[in-house]
Amino acid sequence: MAEKSIILYYSSNYAIWTSKLLHKRGMYHKLIPVPRHLSSDCGYCVEVRTEDVPIIEGLLKEYGVEYERIEMM
Amino acid sequence: MTSSSLRNDNLIYFDNAATSFPKPPTVMEEMMKFMKSIGGNPSRSAHSMSVEASNIVFEARTKLAELFGVKNPMRVIMCFNATDALNLAIQGLLTEGDHAIMTSMEHNSVARPLKELEKRNKIKITVVKASNKGIVASEDIARAIIDTTKLVVVNHGSNVFGVVQQIEEIGKVCRTANVPLLVDASQTAGVIPIDVGSDNIDLLAFTGHKALGGPPGTGGLIISDNFDHSTLRPLRFGGTGSYSDKTYQPTFIPDMFESGTLNTVGIAGLLGGIDFLEKYGGIQKVYAHKKKLTKYFYNAARDNIRKIKFYIEPEICETGVVSFNIEGMEPSLVAQKLSDEYGIMARAGLHCAPMAHQTMGTFPRGTLRFSFGIFNTEKEIDRAVDALATISKG
Ligand SMILES: Cc1ncc(COP(=O)(O)O)c(C=O)c1O
Repeated sequence: MAEKSIILYYSSNYAIWTSKLLHKRGMYHKLIPVPRHLSSDCGYCVEVRTEDVPIIEGLLKEYGVEYERIEMM
Repeated sequence: MTSSSLRNDNLIYFDNAATSFPKPPTVMEEMMKFMKSIGGNPSRSAHSMSVEASNIVFEARTKLAELFGVKNPMRVIMCFNATDALNLAIQGLLTEGDHAIMTSMEHNSVARPLKELEKRNKIKITVVKASNKGIVASEDIARAIIDTTKLVVVNHGSNVFGVVQQIEEIGKVCRTANVPLLVDASQTAGVIPIDVGSDNIDLLAFTGHKALGGPPGTGGLIISDNFDHSTLRPLRFGGTGSYSDKTYQPTFIPDMFESGTLNTVGIAGLLGGIDFLEKYGGIQKVYAHKKKLTKYFYNAARDNIRKIKFYIEPEICETGVVSFNIEGMEPSLVAQKLSDEYGIMARAGLHCAPMAHQTMGTFPRGTLRFSFGIFNTEKEIDRAVDALATISKG
């Protein structure tokens, strides 16, 4: 099973934006509640494949999608 | 579909500048779908109904961002109407000692918030007068700008006379002087193409329930990509679904300006309205239809109603909004007769824009206003002209 990472946000508006961008590109993503041990300002986060993180970081930067941090699970 | 096809009483609706009617079927479908099966509160929870609601709001932001030429969809702030958006911009930007400029064609939704700040001795206002054709010269705005000017507000399309301001010219003036430009696009959003980037607009207030075809309770403020949103204070403070561990207002957009549950059902409807506009043929087609009806009405009225008086020529009447009077008759009386005896809905009076009537010499009596929408037809205009011809002889 591929390693997963989690993108944490200040606002879920940006999580939704991320999911749309990834959906359009056919990349794995899942909106999930923020896991208990990772505190975050916003109720949900986006789970992605760790191997996709570099591409996703570039994408988020390109579109100006603000996020708090990315955590490897 | 015509303005009377949704009702079987054969009424004619010529009050689209107040709010459009009928709403496209897609508007009602999207609203019903939301109420029946989506239902959640966006950005609040991670369950699928909340996420679906967030998706609808995001889609609406994306469509509106495209429509108004802003790259970042988070710069579309959802409000409850244009008045709400104008208040956010005006009250959020101006502080004590500031000077603001507005035109004499403004709606009270701009004039009153500014006048209120003036009354509280907070700001000074200069009103730049339009010509007797209702057009504001950008040079006059340039001349009115002083050191303390912190905001220029311009009504893009007059809700009384249908004239449209040269917004890109005014934008250039404001950019050169480094003064933020707030545009009231209540009458032009969905009729005249607007690009906040190339038009040099910093803030744009729009309403969802007029030409965009959406339901009441929708509208918003577009913050252009280069405008520093941190210079704008929120109008309301409260729950946003984000930053929940803190009792301070968030500082990121759109959350900082969107406290409280959004009008999700309305936003779903607005999305349906924008989708319909795209299928209809886009803004260009809306503009062409309104222009065609306007010319048709001018010609038919001038041929058949001896005592009709228009205030501008049809060439500069752009948004399907036409003001006129029947000489010697009170506009409110004519409107009453149109409604009671002929089933024609029109608005008489000052249309919340007393300064516009002063500019055009129609104050305090006001005018009778027909405002055409995409569902109106030449046939309906024929009926209205016949009715006006009869009334004018009475
Ligand atoms: C020019 C103009 N500004 C502001 C408004 C207020 O719009 P809303 O009713 O959406 O607040 C209107 C419409 O009533 C208008 O025509």
